[in-house]
Amino acid sequence: MKNNTPLLEVKDLDVRFAVRGGDLTALRGISFSLDKGERLGLVGESGAGKSVAAFSILNLIARPGYIAGGQILFDGRDLAAMSERELRKIRGNRIAMIFQDPMMTLNPVLSIGTQMVEAIKAHRRVSTKAAREIALGKLRKVQIPSPEKRLDQYPHELSGGMRQRVIIAIALLLEPEIIVADEPTTALDVTIQAEIMALLLDLCEQENVALMLITHDLGVVSQVTQRMLVMYSGRIIEQGPTREVINDAQHPYTQGLINALPQMGEPGARLFQIPGSMPSLKNVPSGCPFHPRCTFATDQCRKTMPEYVRSGNVDVACYEVSNLIEQEKQMQEAGS
Amino acid sequence: MTSPLVEIRGLEKRFDLSGSLLEQITFRNGRFQRRQEAVHAINGVDLQVHKGEALCVVGESGCGKSTVARTVMGLLSPSAGEVHYDGKRIDVLKGRDVLPYRRKMQMIFQNPYASLNPRMTIQQTLEEPIHFHHPELVRDEVRSKVQEVMQSVGIDPDWGSRFGHEFSGGQRQRIAIARALAVDPEFIVADEPISALDVSIQAQVLNLLMDAQETRNLTYLFITHDLAVVEHFGTRVAVMYLGRVCELADTKTLFAEPRHPYTQALLSAIPRLEDDRPSHIRLQGEVPTPVNLPSGCVFHGRCPYANERCRQEIPRLIATDGGAQVACHAVEEARL
Repeated sequence: MKNNTPLLEVKDLDVRFAVRGGDLTALRGISFSLDKGERLGLVGESGAGKSVAAFSILNLIARPGYIAGGQILFDGRDLAAMSERELRKIRGNRIAMIFQDPMMTLNPVLSIGTQMVEAIKAHRRVSTKAAREIALGKLRKVQIPSPEKRLDQYPHELSGGMRQRVIIAIALLLEPEIIVADEPTTALDVTIQAEIMALLLDLCEQENVALMLITHDLGVVSQVTQRMLVMYSGRIIEQGPTREVINDAQHPYTQGLINALPQMGEPGARLFQIPGSMPSLKNVPSGCPFHPRCTFATDQCRKTMPEYVRSGNVDVACYEVSNLIEQEKQMQEAGS
Repeated sequence: MTSPLVEIRGLEKRFDLSGSLLEQITFRNGRFQRRQEAVHAINGVDLQVHKGEALCVVGESGCGKSTVARTVMGLLSPSAGEVHYDGKRIDVLKGRDVLPYRRKMQMIFQNPYASLNPRMTIQQTLEEPIHFHHPELVRDEVRSKVQEVMQSVGIDPDWGSRFGHEFSGGQRQRIAIARALAVDPEFIVADEPISALDVSIQAQVLNLLMDAQETRNLTYLFITHDLAVVEHFGTRVAVMYLGRVCELADTKTLFAEPRHPYTQALLSAIPRLEDDRPSHIRLQGEVPTPVNLPSGCVFHGRCPYANERCRQEIPRLIATDGGAQVACHAVEEARL
């Protein structure tokens, strides 16, 4: 067990969206922690709540969304209860964020250099010249060819991969402790994706930055992260060390997700398929939200949400798994 | 081997960028100059699709794979080259002569949110192609045909009166597939049919496409950027780069022993579940613009094996011992 407190600890987080006809619960009882320098993957399909979870860490949930309960403890302070003014000191400074589409996050009418200098000066009292030097250093770090030239270029003059490198350089500007990356390579081609992921991984290791990587790609999670969370319909249904979860998934949904990958099947054979699709937030099923698609579903699953049980180093929310563990225990007791 | 169902010979497609005559003329150094620019989307592609197979065309954005699909379907007319269907040249057909081929060849698009008319019910969407291609059928016959095809893709026929927006992405793609199947085609061009879908839904749709291929004896031209899907689904694979085919081989051969340096880099970039770290082959630089094509081999600027010959002479597809066809001087000269 860890004896020191984690860098970031999310406790029982509830996020809701106030819409006509009542509140929609986007996140329900989310709890996890992130240690210094740790790389954590957040996996799930669209609508699972991955991005809401990422945004809520920086308390970036915009109306009609709101944090309805729980805590986000960073360095001993609760981000969920902080004022905008205090949050601004943390955002981009101690916790940086990388978004999916680099063209949407860069300002098209400002040069790269201006945008980088602006970010530094928002948090540090330095001269423009010194800020440009810092910016240049970070552009070198992300291995952009001829970085001096890039400072005076505009986003549209760069390719998609290059833009995402600039975004990573901006995220690194103020030497953050955490980088939250929301699908950073989804808009890119595979070869570029591989380059960017390798770069991000190297930089996080070199600078000892913690990374929270949100993605739908289990292959990427496997390559980059040490621990992973699997989300379904606003809940974390499984979390543990990445290797252990991928090699020996416990939750039927995680198992299904992994087995549905084309690389898992024999070529030409039918792929394993999970029937149905993720429920919309408007009508989340009672009990375990996965039960309508689950082959192991019982009456208990339909009625109440399962608590987490521990299997190896993995926490799983599933009655089937907890029953199996219970049975094993009884067998062992009977044996001894 | 029997003659191919679809054959593409020397296909080229350019998209003019220079606009009208007046826009092309500039005044420079005391004289008027006329400049014409074009995107060279396809630069001499030869492909054969045999009956009953699934030929996959893979490549990264801008390699011309979608242009190949659209040119084969007759949605774009080629700048040079020929498209043959069952031994007959079809790219020059006009008016009524095209109709029989429009029925035999159907297309499935990437984005099921854009490819279904939002103002038509599913029943209308599916009836339209049947009415058009089989005007002799009476109402009840059309209706039972629609019911049958809806059932075959796993959509409840009772939902016919609903509109496209009432369905999830996976269901919409099933409807798009049903529309293609409604006129009993022989050949289906699928342009990234599962790229917009979640992993668990991708498996469902991929299985559906394989089922349809088996029961209806379909032939596919399958366009995708996702190599894992290709490995599972394709009979043969053509890898494209900047408008040229650089390698063409049986799926098994290609994945077991990729020969072209670009294919090797592409395969190594797939994030695999068993990886602990990114383990890709690093390519220098980025894909050049298709406006000014590099001389010689289009890949030479990024290829670690490029020499003088590669910079000058365009490599042709040449059969290798392994059964693959590779367009690479280094492979041909046994340098690689």
